[in-house]
Amino acid sequence: MQLEIRERAVGEVVILDLIGKITIGEGSVQLRDAVSNLLDAGRNRIILNLGGVIYVDSSGIGELVSRYTTTKNAGGRLKLLNLPKKIKDLLMITKLLTVFEIYEEEEAAVNSFM
Amino acid sequence: MMLAENVVELTIASQLEYIDLVTTLTDNITSMVGFDDETAYWINMAVRESVANAVEHGNKYDPQKSVDIRFTIGVDALRVSIRDYGDGFDPQTLPDPLDPNNLLNPAGRGILYMRTFMDAVEYASHPEGGMVVTMSKRRTPRPSPQDLGEGDHNHDAVGN
Repeated sequence: MQLEIRERAVGEVVILDLIGKITIGEGSVQLRDAVSNLLDAGRNRIILNLGGVIYVDSSGIGELVSRYTTTKNAGGRLKLLNLPKKIKDLLMITKLLTVFEIYEEEEAAVNSFM
Repeated sequence: MMLAENVVELTIASQLEYIDLVTTLTDNITSMVGFDDETAYWINMAVRESVANAVEHGNKYDPQKSVDIRFTIGVDALRVSIRDYGDGFDPQTLPDPLDPNNLLNPAGRGILYMRTFMDAVEYASHPEGGMVVTMSKRRTPRPSPQDLGEGDHNHDAVGN
């Protein structure tokens, strides 16, 4: 299973529910395209819900970093929600845990944009 | 007679589609060897990173070049060697992904993950060209019957 991305909106905040793998090749490309489409449409308040992600490799971590930077450069914010433990471990090992804004509750993540 | 080491070899084309094939085999081997689920997960990832590097950076997706993977199941450790047929590189010259200036780089974390999840990671140039990455993970000794209390159990059984 590669990556399935479901988009929904809460006010002006867009939540992307990610389900599957973010790995070199297809998953990373899908994530890049999904965020790029949002930014092109001027929607730059983005939450990535990673609760359904079962596997991420270094390419996937790199993609999260790239989307974070791209969104920030576009004047927006990209935040992470529902990190599985193994993704948290990967972010910690690479000192990225403090770079991202990470939330465990969707409501808190959405309200953080207000 | 039990061999001291068993070897499993696999050769794939330089295509990302084959990485899952290698990691599936990795899972089968780590399960057979008796690694716990957590350790097996991270070995899987280390192998994935190394094979992806061989395809992407080593062979540069050249369809004429293969990636050779060799699993050596030893008594004390599992060793995995991944060979590409590229121009090679010096791992010492790679940027440190933990340097604050590099934290937001989109790439360059794979080798750090490999070093974190395996006990040893070594790089060597193959005499006939290409790079060989050899990673190893110590095996946890299987508990002896005494550790499991089976000795006492047998004793009790006799007593009963």
